[in-house]
Amino acid sequence: MLEDLRPGFRALAQTVVPDASRLDAAGWTEVEGIVERALASRPPALRRQLRLLIRALEWLPFLYYGKRFSALDPVRRNRFLLRIQDSPLRLVRRGFWGLRTLILLGYYGRPGAAAEIGYRADSRGWEARR
Amino acid sequence: MSTYTYDVVIIGSGAGGGTVAQALTPLVKGGRRVLVLERGPRLADDEFTGRELEMASQLYADGGGFLTAEGTMTLAFAHAYGGSTVVYTGTSLTAPERVIRGWSVPGLDYADLLRRSQRYLRENNVHLLEPERINENNRLFVDGGARAGYRVEQFPVNVTGCRGSSLCNLGCPNQAKQGTNRVQLPAAERAGVEVVTRAEALRIEPDRSVVVRVREKPDGGKGLPSEWESGEYRVPAKLVVCAGGAIGSTALLLRSPLPTPHSLGSGFTCHPALILVAEHPRAITNDVGHPKSYFVDRAAEEAFVLETCMYFPFTTAKALSGFGADHSAIMHAFPRLQMILLLACDRATPGNRIAVDRAGQPVVHYHFTRGTVGGLVGGSRASARIFFAAGAVRVHTPFADPPLLEQAEASQIDERISERYFREGSVSLSAAHLMGGCCMGGSAADSVTDSWGVVHGLPWLRVADASLFPDSLEINPYVTIMALADRVADGMLRDAPALLG
Repeated sequence: MLEDLRPGFRALAQTVVPDASRLDAAGWTEVEGIVERALASRPPALRRQLRLLIRALEWLPFLYYGKRFSALDPVRRNRFLLRIQDSPLRLVRRGFWGLRTLILLGYYGRPGAAAEIGYRADSRGWEARR
Repeated sequence: MSTYTYDVVIIGSGAGGGTVAQALTPLVKGGRRVLVLERGPRLADDEFTGRELEMASQLYADGGGFLTAEGTMTLAFAHAYGGSTVVYTGTSLTAPERVIRGWSVPGLDYADLLRRSQRYLRENNVHLLEPERINENNRLFVDGGARAGYRVEQFPVNVTGCRGSSLCNLGCPNQAKQGTNRVQLPAAERAGVEVVTRAEALRIEPDRSVVVRVREKPDGGKGLPSEWESGEYRVPAKLVVCAGGAIGSTALLLRSPLPTPHSLGSGFTCHPALILVAEHPRAITNDVGHPKSYFVDRAAEEAFVLETCMYFPFTTAKALSGFGADHSAIMHAFPRLQMILLLACDRATPGNRIAVDRAGQPVVHYHFTRGTVGGLVGGSRASARIFFAAGAVRVHTPFADPPLLEQAEASQIDERISERYFREGSVSLSAAHLMGGCCMGGSAADSVTDSWGVVHGLPWLRVADASLFPDSLEINPYVTIMALADRVADGMLRDAPALLG
């Protein structure tokens, strides 16, 4: 689903989770695989809306900055997404919230993310800490 | 379509269905056939890995991300042998007398519910965890709560051999929680009740038969294959019990061609919840130990309840407001994080209801009333006071802009945390206490069932789950669901001679 939207999606992901800038090719494959799997079971209409949103977020900055989102510097990317997040339109806020959730799912759903942030839960519980 | 005939069909195997299944074993001993249909799979003990996405996708509807129609809140409910008792934390409270009296359901007696609840507290080994098993995330809540002037209470929990994995909401990897998957369902099966998993009830026909679709185990999926071959079945029965949870039971009845009361679907409440997070200057034990050991009950006074909690990386990331460097900084502070789950005690209101779409799939309409938002804001302020009193250096709340409050701002909590920052669609709200839809009451004019779970006008059709609640319970609901289900089963045993022939 993300195939032809990859540059825009990755630019959005790096703005939502700056640590994503350090992902290598395998890391991106992992993130995008998680997102694709999560979307696979969702209604086709929702997937269409999401593609539309990613496209809109990629091209809307042209109106403000004369550049696509993926061509903006990090400061302007951040500023633009803040504007979207705080939109007076609930529909826009909802759309961004959904996209942000998917990006967080892809990034923090990786097994490697737990170690990066120091999350250490273990089935053995207290025993694993001794 | 194959046909299998039973005397009683129970749809759902959670706190409601599992309880009814066990309580009806006298019928089985008398030669009657009782069947439980469970939509989800039956997992083997070693399949509970505690991995967040892996378990969430196997156990929860939509991986835990079932969205309301307005797209402003996610609802968490499980599809598995044992239903949502597989994924709760085992916190075991009896219903407040004030709430049951407030429901004003003719014939529903608080003393009767309490007596039944206490039976299940004993059966599920409910007790207080020993002090040495309490982690710092919980102890800080106790200390901070006391210093901030709140009455902090310990949750009784239904665990046996808890190792403190902290992974309750992903299904205990050590089978410590005494859910219906560990207690009531195995007992029922030993007595001869049949359980068929991966079996979704599509509709109930007026001739009392249940149309069921059994699915194959998907490639790479967890759990045992279904006990029946995949395909569609007609299951004629003399008594049918809906126990698929507030959403499952209500949606099933809505798509069934039955003369059900017009209030079917209304009265939905869910305790909308926020995960609040604070950072301490040092690492604390938070992702080890039972996650939910204490609570502060302000339901009667301020319409909220605070509970200790500890969530997983994605769930935590989603709960935090915003994005970018500030968001990442909190995530990297994970070993220093203290968490509180804030539950708003919402009220049943006309617009909040369960419906079905043209395909018969459930749709939940939910709008936040001023009272609910007030509970969320009041609970956020109380949580911030507790966090700072416990020594936190900064507190994250979605009801402030910016969402991080520094310790120096502890005296400005009431000004900084305000309902003016509540904007639907930009706050990560979720709910797991799904209630109402088939509400109990006096007649078909104002409710779906009577106080014994009998659907008005259809004596062969019963409801036995949280969909019966006519309004918010204001505490964690599973014990009350079991007590009500036990009462529904008693009614069935009473009526069995007439209905089963």
